Amino acid sequence: MPKPLFKARNLTKHFEITQGFFQKLRFKEKQYVKAVDGIDFDIYWKQNFSVVGESGCGKTTIGKLMMRLLEETEGDMWMKGKNITEIKTREQLKAYRRQTQIIYQDPFSALDPRHRVRTILEEPLDIHDLGDTREERTDMIMEALEEVRLTPPEKFLRRYPHMISGGQKQRVSLARAMILNPDFIVADEPVSMLDVSVRAEVLNLMKDLIDEEDVTYFYITHDISTTRFFTDYIGVMYLGDLVEKGKVGDVLDNPSHPYTQALLVAVPEADPERVRGEKKVPISGEIPSGTNIPSGCRFHPRCPHAEQICSEKEPEPREVEKEHTAKCHFAGEIDFDLDVAK
Amino acid sequence: MDSDTVLKVDELSTHYLTSDGEVFALDDASFELKRGGSIGIAGESGCGKSTLAFSLLNQVQPPGEIMSGSINLDGIEVTNLSEKEARRKIRWKKVSMVFQGAMEIMTPVYSVGHQMKEPLKYHKDITGEEARKICEKYLELVNLEPGIFDRYPHELSGGQKQRVIIATALLLEPDIVILDEPTTALDVVVEARIMNDLKRLRRELDISMIFITHDLSILAEVSDELAIMYAGWIVEFGDANKIYKDPKHPYTEKLMAAIPDIRTDIDRLEYIPGVPPNLVNPPSGCRFHPRCHKAMEVCREMEPKTHNVEGVKVKCHLYSEDESIAESREATYETAYEDEMAAEAYEGEKGTEEVEDGLEEAEVMEE
Repeated sequence: MPKPLFKARNLTKHFEITQGFFQKLRFKEKQYVKAVDGIDFDIYWKQNFSVVGESGCGKTTIGKLMMRLLEETEGDMWMKGKNITEIKTREQLKAYRRQTQIIYQDPFSALDPRHRVRTILEEPLDIHDLGDTREERTDMIMEALEEVRLTPPEKFLRRYPHMISGGQKQRVSLARAMILNPDFIVADEPVSMLDVSVRAEVLNLMKDLIDEEDVTYFYITHDISTTRFFTDYIGVMYLGDLVEKGKVGDVLDNPSHPYTQALLVAVPEADPERVRGEKKVPISGEIPSGTNIPSGCRFHPRCPHAEQICSEKEPEPREVEKEHTAKCHFAGEIDFDLDVAK
Repeated sequence: MDSDTVLKVDELSTHYLTSDGEVFALDDASFELKRGGSIGIAGESGCGKSTLAFSLLNQVQPPGEIMSGSINLDGIEVTNLSEKEARRKIRWKKVSMVFQGAMEIMTPVYSVGHQMKEPLKYHKDITGEEARKICEKYLELVNLEPGIFDRYPHELSGGQKQRVIIATALLLEPDIVILDEPTTALDVVVEARIMNDLKRLRRELDISMIFITHDLSILAEVSDELAIMYAGWIVEFGDANKIYKDPKHPYTEKLMAAIPDIRTDIDRLEYIPGVPPNLVNPPSGCRFHPRCHKAMEVCREMEPKTHNVEGVKVKCHLYSEDESIAESREATYETAYEDEMAAEAYEGEKGTEEVEDGLEEAEVMEE
């Protein structure tokens, strides 16, 4: 096995809930939202890793921790063997951010409406002191625009964000990240605001850049159907924990955690003959809040297969097949039938 | 109109008369909805699908206006109704609508019940107690506790709010419910359960539904018939199973191919190059020709007629029986499909500023 590009161990982020004056007076115990609760993962060079889960499961928090936009509560992360949780000074952080960039979900608000595309793309160059002359910078900007297929680049330089379409905006966001030649990009729901046809175009482009620019993505999404095409590894997140992870094909073909199974049943498919009846969605209720995580297995209150042990003991990751683990006491023993009733 | 048909739309056109010119948001839309049937309307943002929904309620906001055509709703000609009549006769009672982003449309300062009762009180002469009973009955129908009646919107989750909105839309037992992106903001598990509820309600209450969404995979679950819209036109309309299995219009074909498949490994996703056109100044001939992979010479010059292909209505020259059109088939010109650079050039010719202004407008309209 090659060395991972990015490694996280016991990564944890608890947000403290602000208490009022009187609550403090009564010495009420402090409460925490356990957004990310001790997760481990490895990301290999040019092998994209995706995290899927419902809203509120903590997937965006992981992305922010990886970018060091948030300070972790516990745990360690290594990028190319260097422990990034030990980053102290501004200079170190700057050097790290040259290697690691982020793209946000909403291209409509990620770009400053008062700046032209040129200014937007020049900002990272400014910050990192790249390019000596204006001409040099212009060349770099044009190159970045060409990389994301915004051609001819001269045409886009002077435009404001409102003058380009949604897909083009997201490509400008991508160019802004790519202009620093990063090794690693955190993509937080990069295509969920875009139309289906444009979504495919942006994902294709992002995939092409893996080989062209030697970049690796950490792909955060709620849309499990895009993961198979775009990524190599997948982690399924539930309430702050990665409950199942492995190669994307293995996890989707042989889901072993009841939560992953439920997600796969629920995902809509464009095949009217299969999906016309009512689906047997095996789980009920909605994701509980991160303040009081259920005892034992955090999924047990919603799990259709829960038994006594599930509420008492937290399951260890169980290996289902090579590189594929599920945190469930019964992983590998639960039959899974994707087919819809009626 | 026979008694099986609850809605018949004929050559409906709705335009927006903006200061930049007339926006051809919806042109020549014709379709029928059977009693108890369902239609799914799909297309990219800005294609006019929400405009169509608002037209059906005769609720197009100025500067929008229904220019021509007719909407026959169970014997009532909707386009002739005044605002007051429309409110009294059709809205909620005959047709109700679940809006996009329904989760934000409830006022936080009133209880759920207070807001649910409103249409009942307007249309029926009943006491508060009776209204409460009806509301509770419908809340149970959408799998909610009747106790939700006394709760406030902020106490509910997104899925619960969406269910309340659906229950409210059903209160006056309308013939048709229009659902505009009903599950877009919800998580897949919640979405699947709400879709289950909708399927069950349709069966139990025998109502017709019109689903509007950009997500073709959701529509596969609920629509008997499918209408694919592009740039203000219904380009393909017919039996959903047929269209999913064998799309006829080149646009539908590409749209279907762009959906990623969760079961098989694929290397590349299909997509449609270029951007949807500016509807102030739509492309000549077929509005899809600049992005079409099967474009012919004639597509640039002549608006296609709607042809009946194996029971599916397709607005495309490919299916024309006219010989002069058949002859033109060999001639080609550069389209966005052949070369994306050509698409850019095409856009350039038309004056980029113009194209983009229109785009924006289309987006604004969608909202």
